[in-house]
Amino acid sequence: MWKWLHPYSNPQTTYNLCGTLTPWFAGISAILLTIGLAMSLVFSPPDYQQGESVRIFYIHVPSAMLSMGIYLGMAISALCALVWQMKLTETSIAAMAPVGATFTAIALFTGAAWGKPMWGTWWVWDARLTSELILLFLYLGVIALHNAFEDKELAGKAASVLALVGVINLPIIHYSVEWWNTLHQGATISKFDKPSMSTDMLIPFAISFFGFAFMVASLICIRFKAEIIARNSMRPWVKALAMEKEAN
Amino acid sequence: MQLTYRKAFKTILVRDLTIAIRHRDDIFNPLLFFIITVSLFPLGIGPEANTLMKIAPGIIWVAALLATLLSLERLFKNDHADGSLEQLLLSPCPTFVLVLAKITAHWIITGLPLIIIAPLLGVLLNLHQDSYLALMLTLLIGTPVLSLLGAIGVALTVGIKKGGVLLSLLILPLYIPVLIFATSAIDAASMNLPYDGQLAIIGAIFVGSLTLAPFAVGSALKVSIN
Amino acid sequence: MSNTTNLLTANKLTCIREDRLLFEELSFTVNPGDIIQIEGANGTGKTSLLRILAGLSQPYSGNVLYKDTPINDSEEEYKADLLFLGHLAGVKGEMSSEENLQFYLTMHGLDASVAEETLSEVSLYGFEDALASHLSAGQHRRIALARLWQSKSKIWILDEPFTAIDKAGVKKLEDLFLQHAEHGGAVILTTHQDLSLKSSNFHKIVLTHQFI
Repeated sequence: MWKWLHPYSNPQTTYNLCGTLTPWFAGISAILLTIGLAMSLVFSPPDYQQGESVRIFYIHVPSAMLSMGIYLGMAISALCALVWQMKLTETSIAAMAPVGATFTAIALFTGAAWGKPMWGTWWVWDARLTSELILLFLYLGVIALHNAFEDKELAGKAASVLALVGVINLPIIHYSVEWWNTLHQGATISKFDKPSMSTDMLIPFAISFFGFAFMVASLICIRFKAEIIARNSMRPWVKALAMEKEAN
Repeated sequence: MQLTYRKAFKTILVRDLTIAIRHRDDIFNPLLFFIITVSLFPLGIGPEANTLMKIAPGIIWVAALLATLLSLERLFKNDHADGSLEQLLLSPCPTFVLVLAKITAHWIITGLPLIIIAPLLGVLLNLHQDSYLALMLTLLIGTPVLSLLGAIGVALTVGIKKGGVLLSLLILPLYIPVLIFATSAIDAASMNLPYDGQLAIIGAIFVGSLTLAPFAVGSALKVSIN
Repeated sequence: MSNTTNLLTANKLTCIREDRLLFEELSFTVNPGDIIQIEGANGTGKTSLLRILAGLSQPYSGNVLYKDTPINDSEEEYKADLLFLGHLAGVKGEMSSEENLQFYLTMHGLDASVAEETLSEVSLYGFEDALASHLSAGQHRRIALARLWQSKSKIWILDEPFTAIDKAGVKKLEDLFLQHAEHGGAVILTTHQDLSLKSSNFHKIVLTHQFI
């Protein structure tokens, strides 16, 4: 069953694969985002309650979903790294964490920007925003731990353990924050829940979501390539690659 | 002569407690920190009794988190520095047994004193009189969770030279659920509402971390001594 | 591989530390009765090799086999049959020398009541009740070495066991190594001293700087 995966335990093969995939991902993402964002930011109807500010939704929700998704992906990589001792999956954690943290930050920022017209204040301890904030802390923890180790291989292993611990905790944290929120704020906020989407919202939303998803994929591929190069700098194929670049 | 799990556990527990008792600062410094932090709040907020009563559970619990955090480094740091950590990991007893023993010792040294001193701080903060039992119970079930989760963080950072600040970044987010449910249990008690639901959740978190944390700590230690 | 089980096998070990290649595809076997000295200048990876053999560090590639099973799969059996003494003595300053030794004996399932007499083997007689924090680094080292006299483990991996040990002590340790080898044990050690071991099973493995 694992046979087809085997060639990708070789850094060079994976590097080349990422190199091939990146332009495709980036291209698809550019097309989808152009269509999706044009539809959502210009052509979609304003919400009858929230007016034009509902458009933030098309950026906020995809980035919030992706920020969670990337963490999950990181945890799956971490599990593979620890169970099957696959070195490349450790490397991929280093590639994913900063991208995930950036999207969490985007979700937070857009959430705050959405909050201003909605609640008249930049920050409300809303359940989803609070969860995103804590998710950002978890991401920053993984990144900080990764940076703290001199030896990149150890860094990858330590980050794997932390990512796994984090993913087990994430649902508990999420649930507890949601519960805490209902306890303390009662009925003040319900607008922030996803508005029940009509089709003229759903289509631009879906398109921009996949646009962002492919953007994430291409960013991760680029970072993954960089991490592979950094860790294999003394390998002949990396040196050959460097020579080639220099010759051009 | 066979080394049973029970014997290994007891040997390590006795060793860690002996060391702590001969080195008393380890016990008293976090405790003093706990007391001082709590007593800063009335100075910063004002001595108004109702305000204090309202925020008392949160303050005591946050201070307990920070005091635990402060004491965590000792869990593996000294052992790592003098080489006994690698000797422990090489002993024939499985890693999770020794990790559990060390965490138990840590809890006895730091968690237990916090529980004992907490009612006194409740008095300082004018804690609602119906809340004392809830405060003690949440601390009793909650502080072992703090030790267990904290051990993961220390195990990850023990090999790093300046791991102290990093440790708080890694661990504090993981403490949030315990903080939320513990303070809400104390609040509920002050309103004469049942709080066994919150206690049950903290208990579940405790059981969960008791079963999973030792393995996470074990693999983290393997990375750190590499 | 021969049909008699090797005690310990290093199988194509490669070690890379902070982007520096220490050794590559290193293979050797350790049989009962062997005394193996790892030689090499500073920074050639002697300590790294010993730590990999003990299972404390993971090699970049390759693996270590204990009785033909990878040590990661037979962890508990291997740990029960291994005694590793590293650079650090692992002695707690808050406990007396006797308590320190007793602790390690108990943790290896040995009789802790002989700790006091064992300490006299490493000329620490009279210091058994002294707190280790009052003792010197050399004395710490000797507390750790005292475990060798009681050990029932077959494989001894010792990193610089002779540092801060006087001549008589070195002689005593060498005798102990020979005795251990005769009883079917194996010793793997690093040292800067010349060993005067007269044994047919005394080998050397030399590590050199790798240039790439």
